[in-house]
Order: sequence, then structure tokens, then C-alpha cells
Amino acid sequence: MLESKIPDGPLEDKWRYYKEHAKLVNPANRRKLEVIVVGTGLAGSSIAASLGEMGYRVKSFCFQDTPRRAHSVAAQGGVNACKNYKNDGDNIFRMFYDTIKGGDFRSREGNVYRLAECSASLIDQAVAQGVPFGREYGGYLNNRSFGGVQVSRTFYARGQTGQQLLLGAYQALMRQVHLGTVQLFARHEMLDLVTIDGKARGVIVRNLDTGNIERHGAHAVILATGGFGKIYYLSTLAMGCNGSAIWRAHKKGALIANPSWTQIHPTSLPQSGEYQSKLTLMSESLRNDGRIWVPKNKDEKRLPNQVPEEDRDYYLERRYPAFGNLSPRDIASRAAKERIDAGYGIGPLKNAVYLDFSRAIKEQGEPKIREKYGNLFRMYEKITGVDAYKEPMRISPAAHFSMGGLWVDYELMTTIPGLFALGEANFADHGANRLGANSLLQACVDGYFIAPYTLGNYLADEIKTPPIDTSQLAFESAAARVEGQLRALMSIGGKLSADHFHKTLGKILYDKCGLSRSREGLEQAISEIKALRQQFYEQLYIPGGMAINSELEKAGRVADYLELGELMCYDALTREESCGAHFRVEYQTPEGEARRNDQDFSFISAWEWAGKDNPPVLHKEPLKFEFVIPTVRSYK
Amino acid sequence: MHIRLKIWRQENSQVAGKMLDYELAEVDPDMSFLEMLDMLNEQLLGKGERTIEFDHDCREGICGQCGVMINGRAHGPLKNTTTCQLHMRSFGEREVIYIEPFRATAFPVRCDLKIDRSALDRVIQAGGFISVNTGQAPEANSIPVGHGVAEAAFDAAACIGCGACVAVCKNSSAALFTSAKITHLALLPQGEIEARERVQQMVDQMDAEGFGHCSNTEACEAECPQQISVLHIARMNWEYNKLQLLKK
Repeated sequence: MLESKIPDGPLEDKWRYYKEHAKLVNPANRRKLEVIVVGTGLAGSSIAASLGEMGYRVKSFCFQDTPRRAHSVAAQGGVNACKNYKNDGDNIFRMFYDTIKGGDFRSREGNVYRLAECSASLIDQAVAQGVPFGREYGGYLNNRSFGGVQVSRTFYARGQTGQQLLLGAYQALMRQVHLGTVQLFARHEMLDLVTIDGKARGVIVRNLDTGNIERHGAHAVILATGGFGKIYYLSTLAMGCNGSAIWRAHKKGALIANPSWTQIHPTSLPQSGEYQSKLTLMSESLRNDGRIWVPKNKDEKRLPNQVPEEDRDYYLERRYPAFGNLSPRDIASRAAKERIDAGYGIGPLKNAVYLDFSRAIKEQGEPKIREKYGNLFRMYEKITGVDAYKEPMRISPAAHFSMGGLWVDYELMTTIPGLFALGEANFADHGANRLGANSLLQACVDGYFIAPYTLGNYLADEIKTPPIDTSQLAFESAAARVEGQLRALMSIGGKLSADHFHKTLGKILYDKCGLSRSREGLEQAISEIKALRQQFYEQLYIPGGMAINSELEKAGRVADYLELGELMCYDALTREESCGAHFRVEYQTPEGEARRNDQDFSFISAWEWAGKDNPPVLHKEPLKFEFVIPTVRSYK
Repeated sequence: MHIRLKIWRQENSQVAGKMLDYELAEVDPDMSFLEMLDMLNEQLLGKGERTIEFDHDCREGICGQCGVMINGRAHGPLKNTTTCQLHMRSFGEREVIYIEPFRATAFPVRCDLKIDRSALDRVIQAGGFISVNTGQAPEANSIPVGHGVAEAAFDAAACIGCGACVAVCKNSSAALFTSAKITHLALLPQGEIEARERVQQMVDQMDAEGFGHCSNTEACEAECPQQISVLHIARMNWEYNKLQLLKK
């Protein structure tokens, strides 16, 4: 059933071969074809702009007030590209290998090689758009090193790389809006996918300004709606991030792959109180110069600067000497949790570790550190009131990035013909753990360089399809169903807020489907989520009316999370091994490292919706490794 | 902490709004300003009342979506800080806090503290880009950009489009926002070629949207969360005047 469509032949020729043989749509026909793009982050803006440039008619949707707010904006550290500008031995194969290994050998070789291959072009594209990347004094591009890697391949724009890349894509999109090739629908949220004869033919959206339910038809639909890590409530994600678009598509037949693999980021600010709405991320780039430690003594009472070297445990440097503070995110997060759980955590809630810049400041001088990370230090001070130039930062792991998402083939098409998923909304490139600075890369590469070809290959067979008539029965019934769902939520009339249910769900998932999982915990989580979902439909309360109503927006997203959360637990339960973001306590080495089981679990889990109250159905896509041999992942 | 709030409530853009009084006890000084509003909303919801609508998303000071007038100042009392990065420790016990939407003709109020800032998108649509299509860019290092120039371009590119500059300007001018984009692109060799057309089109669009003119009070720079400099406005004027002279 699951055909990945990876072209045969040598790794380095697969994408070239695909592009040489993909079907084309001639420019006159492109004007007749309509494409819907949901989401305006890096993946969404870049594909909408690219398709507009090619002459397709594009409709672009986002729930924010303008496309420039999409959460890609918040990525700080950088974007990877194997330019080998530092002459330190970087090349496409090495980047491919680092990413495959970083993902714990749970991603497809063909996809990951293509990601590395397209990475160099992304820097060219962004520079041409005017993205102000960091430069050497001679005027050439600068870069730095990131977790899980021993070369310098991360390009950056101070601590605002996501913001600047997004502005580049947004400006390209705005140019197309001005030219009339793209129609922009801000403050519109997708609430259903419309399929006709098994193909994606449109979406039902809610206009968040008026409350009106609108129908939009197209020859193909692209979901670029980002990740669903906000399901944990406390996460590094923006408040509006949600899984609703992909979940609604899932319920229409699109499979979801590896949903339990959520990356827990090691350098977030710790939780400090119950009221907290999010955990702010400090960029991973800080680990280039910051050293992570906890006191060797559980009852350390001295201030951090007064703790002498011999009483500090630089546990990452101790356990992983080859990579040290730049160990990959899953390793660094788990190592922090291990120390915190063992009672060595610091701060008032004993839930954090130190990230210390004193040595870097001594060696490089404060001005250099200020230039590299100034905005991050400012942000830290704003939130905590602490000057990190003078004392170490306190950091803690937090839910961050979904490696899972809609299952897509090599063409980024889901199991529903004509429905594509790009960027974090798909599962494709990261395996069980995403390496730092590959997220911006994947989103951009999907939108600028991959989907423009693969979409053309699909649309070439659609040139005889007339414009989609949205008065058809499929649109009629989808719109009626959405309106029914909204009215049902409004009429529950209980006493509890959507946030209450979201927070409760988040706690269950953090405890039982977070940094570590166990069979017992996951089984408990599934029954707790079922009970919570039942309570939601009895106790929810939404004040206000059907027009502008944030509470109604939140409730719809939480309703979807309550179903998705259960699927995450099923997924984690069936995978009886430890790999990447998935650490099952039953499967570990005596030293506490993850024990992967390639014999039995070298596959992608793709889940099918089997209807309300039925357990989901698992489909397996076996992973073939022709060019690398999966090895035990060691960063020692 | 115990605080008193006066908050602008307005059902939609068709009806008149008014300031309403609220009180909140047990506010944690470490709460962000938006978390305080969350807390208030939770209490309103408990009483069956309509919650207060406000725009926000990343809560990290970077997306630019939050932003309200707090005691008459855009994003509140702290310098160079977005509303989401403002914490309750900045306020005093029993202080009365006034919260209103950003006000400008070009930013109509949608509901309570939510406004429509799409005028800023249309200013960008008029020319705030470099005309490059996907997939044809030259090798990145073939266009060297001096470190200083790149840093200066970044200083301008750092604008998050929150609209505070418009809200604090007595003329509701968008000069700081527009000039920041003009400077960002004009400083770089990639964007310099289109600089003249860009400045004309963006300035025209700014006027068409109903933003006022700049009369150099510099309130925009003082309230900008990203420390965008008014010198960009001087550059915009210089580019604009150069264009008018060259036209003749």
C-alpha cells in the first residue's frame, strides 16, 4: 500500500533523474490550474511564491493577521548548508550521513540525500532575496557549528535566522500577491479537507474575522501548517501552532507517520510557575560557547559563580567527549533529565541545569559574545531578570519539534492524491531526531526546490479538469459538518475552559509520552486521554458568539489534540525500542543509553484513522539502507 | 500582587467601544503581561462573560503580533520590549493599568484589543522585496557584502512589523516601518538596483493607506521594540528626494 516512489539508482542521481523525467505543465495551462496552500511559514510562503512565479493560480491561507507571523519566525540559530566554505571537509554525503545518523537511522536515504543536495541552493536563494546573513570582514558568508556535527555548516542572521528567512519568503509571496498570481487569505483557519473521487479538491475554512464558513476549490491542496508540539501545552511553540489541518486531513484518509516522535529541545528556559503559557527557547547555537553543568553535590547551597571547577559536573563533556556540549538534542535533553531526576537539578524547582559562558567570556571577551548572542542574552534578562554575562543561564528541556506528521512519498504527496504536505507538517526527513538547523532548511527546500517539480508532475494530469465547483455535494456536506462541529462545541455549556483541557492533556503527555516512555505509562495515558476527551465534551465552556472568538478557535484545536494525543501514545506503545526522541525505559543499555532494535523496528509507522472509538490501524513502510549501514549511534 | 485594570472593550468595528474596569488578585510578578490577561480571561470565562480578545502568538518577542497601548505607551513601560516580554514585576501593587488597542486610521479595531494591520502588508506588496524568482540565484559568495554593511542592513531588517511606531506617532505615520524595509534592501547590492522604484511605490502606498506624514518627533524610535533607528527615515527621504530630482 505504501509506495515511497524513491527513484532507483545511485543516491547522488536520484533527484536529478526524477527532475529529468517529471512531467511538465506548459505555461498556458498553468494559468488554468488552481492550488491551495495552507500555512505561510517558510514552507507555505516559499511554495506559494514559487508556484505564483511559475504562473499557477494560488490561494494562500494563514490563521495569523499576516503571513509574516508564522512560527518559522521564531527559529533563532541558523540554517544548514553544505557549502564547505570553511574547507573543513563538508560535502553532500557527509551532511546526508550526519542527518541520517542524527535521526537514528529512522529516515529514508533518498529524502535525506536530497535535503543535503538542495541545501547549497537555499543559501544562494536567500542571499539573492536580501537575507542579511552573518558575514566575514572580507564580505563572504560566515557560518558556525551546530549539535551533532563536526563541521561548520550553519549559516545565521544573528539570533533571528528564522525571522530573516521568513521575511525573504514573505516578501517573495507579497510580490506575487501584488502581481495577482497569489490571493491571500489571512485570518482564515482550515477546518476540513474536501475530497472528490478520492482526490483532494479543496478546503473548508473559517474566516476568523466574520465567523463565516467558506469553501475553496483547487486542483491540488498543499498543507504547510507546521508541527503540533504545542499539544504538550508548555512548549517552545507559538500559542496558535496546532495540528488541526493535518488531523482533519488524516480523518479524511491521509496517513500520519511517526506521530510520537516529538523533539524535546535541551535549551529552553525552565518552568517557573503554574500560570506559565509557554517555555521560551534559547537558541542551540549558545552551546557553541556555553558549557553545561550541574553541581556535583546534590545539596549545593553556593551561588553558581562560587562553585569551584572541581565541584562542577560538566556531564555532557564527561559522557560524550567527542561532541561534548554540542551533542545532538535528544542526547543532551535526556542527559539533562537524567541529572535532574537524579536530584542534581538547580533553581527553585530543581528542574534546570546551568549553561555557563564564563570561560568563553574570559577567552573571547564580552564584546565578541555580545555580538554573537546579544539578543538572546537580552531576551534571557527580560524574562528572568538575570544578567547572563555575570552568572550562568538556567536551562531545561522542552517540547519543540514534531518529526512525525502526514506520511508523504518522495514527491511530498500524502496517501490522498493531490494532497501534499510540506515542512514540519510532513514526516519525511528527520527520522527519530532532527539535527539543529535542519528545520528551516527542510521547510525552505520543500517549498522552493522540491514541490515545484513534484506538483507539476501531478498537475500535468489535471489540465483537463475544469475549475472545481464548490457547490458540489462534497463541499456542501463538509461545510455542514464543520458548522455542526462548531455549534456542538458552543452548546456544551459546561464550566471549564479549552485551556484547562489543553494543560491537562499536556501534563499527561509530558509525563508519559515525553522524554521517556514505558508500556505501563503509555497504557495509562491512553485511558486518561479517553476520559479527558469525554469530560471535554461534557464540561467545556465557550463564551461569546460565532464571529471573532478566540475561545472557539482554541476549543477546536484542543478537540483535535485530544484525538491526536491518543494516537501519539499508540505509536509510542507499538515501538518497542529506544531511538532518537523515543526513549522507552524498557529498552536501554546498562549505561542508560538508548537501545535501538533494527531487526524489528526499521520501519516507518503510518497510521490510518479507523473511525471514532476504534483503535488506529498501523501500516509499515520498511526502511531500506543501501548506502549507509545503521550503526550504534555514538557521540563519545 | 493585586492590580486594577481599565481595558478597552469593543464588540466589533461597527459599534462604539468603552473602557471597562477589572480587578485581579494573586498576580505573580514573574507572569508575563499576556499571561496576566490569560488569567483574567480564565476568570471572566468562569463567570460566563465574553473573554478579552487580544492578538499574540509566539510570546517570544519576535512574531510582532502582540502589542497594545499600556498606560499610554506602545508595548508598555519598558524600553525596546514587546508586550509579551513585559512582566508584571514592572508594575506596582494596586497600580491602575490602562490597556487599549494600537490606534490609527489605517489600523481599524476588529474586536477589543485586536486590530487590522494588513495595511503594512500592502506597503510591502508595493515594493518591499527583491525581484528574484526561485531557482535561478547565483552562488551566494559571488555577491560579497562587507561585514559592516550586512550588519547595518540587518539593523533595519530586524523590524518585526508590530505597528508600535504607527501607534505612538501623533500623525500615525508608518515612516519607520517603511523606511526600515527600504534601508534593508537599498544597502545590499542585490536590492540597490530597484531602490528608486521601490521608494516611490512604497511611499505612495503608505499615503494611500491613510498613514500620516512624518514630522520627526522620533516617538517611533523611542517605542520600537527592535530599536529601529529614525536614521532610516532620513535615508528614505534622501532616496525619495534623489528620485524626484533625477526625474526632472
